[in-house]
Amino acid sequence: MDVRRPLLRLAARIAGQTIVLFARAITAVHADWRGVGPSARQRVYFANHVSNADMPMIWSVLPNAMRLRTRPVAAADYWLQSPWRAFAGRDVFRAVLIDRRPEARIDDPMVAILEALDQGASLILFPEGLRNQGPEPLKPFKAGLFNIAEARPDVELVPTWIANLNAVMPKGEVIPLPLMCRVIFGDPVARRPDEGRADFLTRAAAALLALNPGERA
Amino acid sequence: MSPLLRDILFLALGVGLVLLALTLVGERLRARRTAPNAAVEVFMTRIDSWWAMVILFTLALILGRWAVVLLFAVASFAALREFYTYSSRSKADHLSLALAFYIILPAQFLFIALEWDRLAGVFIPVYAFLLLPLVSVLRGSHERFLSRVSETQWGLMICVFCLGHIPALMGLDLPETDGHASLLIAFLVLVVQTGDLVDFYAGRRIGRRRIVPDLSPKTWEGAGCGVLAAAVLGLALFWITPFGPLAAFVMAALASISGQAGNLVLRAIKRDRGLRDWSHLIPGQGGFLDQLDSVIFAAPAFFHLTRLWWLAT
Repeated sequence: MDVRRPLLRLAARIAGQTIVLFARAITAVHADWRGVGPSARQRVYFANHVSNADMPMIWSVLPNAMRLRTRPVAAADYWLQSPWRAFAGRDVFRAVLIDRRPEARIDDPMVAILEALDQGASLILFPEGLRNQGPEPLKPFKAGLFNIAEARPDVELVPTWIANLNAVMPKGEVIPLPLMCRVIFGDPVARRPDEGRADFLTRAAAALLALNPGERA
Repeated sequence: MSPLLRDILFLALGVGLVLLALTLVGERLRARRTAPNAAVEVFMTRIDSWWAMVILFTLALILGRWAVVLLFAVASFAALREFYTYSSRSKADHLSLALAFYIILPAQFLFIALEWDRLAGVFIPVYAFLLLPLVSVLRGSHERFLSRVSETQWGLMICVFCLGHIPALMGLDLPETDGHASLLIAFLVLVVQTGDLVDFYAGRRIGRRRIVPDLSPKTWEGAGCGVLAAAVLGLALFWITPFGPLAAFVMAALASISGQAGNLVLRAIKRDRGLRDWSHLIPGQGGFLDQLDSVIFAAPAFFHLTRLWWLAT
């Protein structure tokens, strides 16, 4: 038997707890369960994406038991770039890695996502795709969220707004400021019967944007 | 056992007994009800927070000056974080805020621990005051410039400079106290917080005329009771201070008055920013700034009055 597996798992757990501790110590990040409470239900948390720290933030505020079965959906080309990132992405966050370059990929990302859902995992998803670095608060959503709603209607889709993270580390800065952040969980969005893709995505984006507390929060 | 340690333990025992009594009262209230009652739960959460604060503070006092300075440095960091989260800033202020958190704050508490009083007295009001706007202006943004740099400086003054006067009390050179100066901190915190509590509960019972009607439920009657209670407690605690009974009474009253002023001022800032509490970090109490606002305002006044009192006698 390979003795490195248990060691790797231990290292991943320690690294995970360190990330949680660090996020809490610096940004005092806390969960605002506004629309739903913490629960064991299977969910997809779909969130706004302004920085690479978004996913660890959501991950950190989840209660331990929920965190263990929540996996972020992340870009393979980013997370497999170096051995350290691969360790963080694969072992610490246990990310569902997908290829976001349609021209280069062989597998359909939806297959990996549905497979993770069928194994019972909850997911963290950034439907804007790439990080939003423009002035508008939210970019148009990609189709993934709709495909999930259509294929697995029992899974709760929870809009999740990460507030103030942009002030902690604006683009181009290297030192993070210890300002307080908040992760706001809103009312789940379910697909209505016969609702089309564009309508559903617009409604989901509006539900997410409605959680935005504005500049100073 | 040294006399200082004996006094610390004696004081901790007294405060512990009061908290124990309050805990028992809360548990009885809890037991009498079949369903959980919101007011009782809030009360119990607050008492739990008080236990944590008293235990931490006592341990720091026993461990000595570096532990006390470290404890207040951490509180200062948390308070500054709450303040800057809601202050006006832009991307151009990123570096000056980073300097405030990572350089100026630790430096100020280091000066306090080393008893470099002169430097601790001018570092933020003079050097940081002149340096930080320069750092911001070099980043090339002038939009709302004055309000941005003013709020940055205000945060440092309140959360670092004024708050730093609490541990700085230990450095006061009072011959008669032989090392007891650290108990002055306990004296200050206890009388000011007691004044606040009595103000809150008495104000609800007998308060009529509000001091600032649109802003705060604080009334003249409640505030008066709070100051009186603080003064009486100060009298009872005169044995841990260098003051005589009457001087302890007056000092406690003055500390409570300036503390309640701090309460009003910080509430105006919260109101302006549309906040109820600064944060959620102290269960049942809100944030560090909610908990410490009065002590922060009282500390510099108490510090300088104590020094004056010493020079005068």
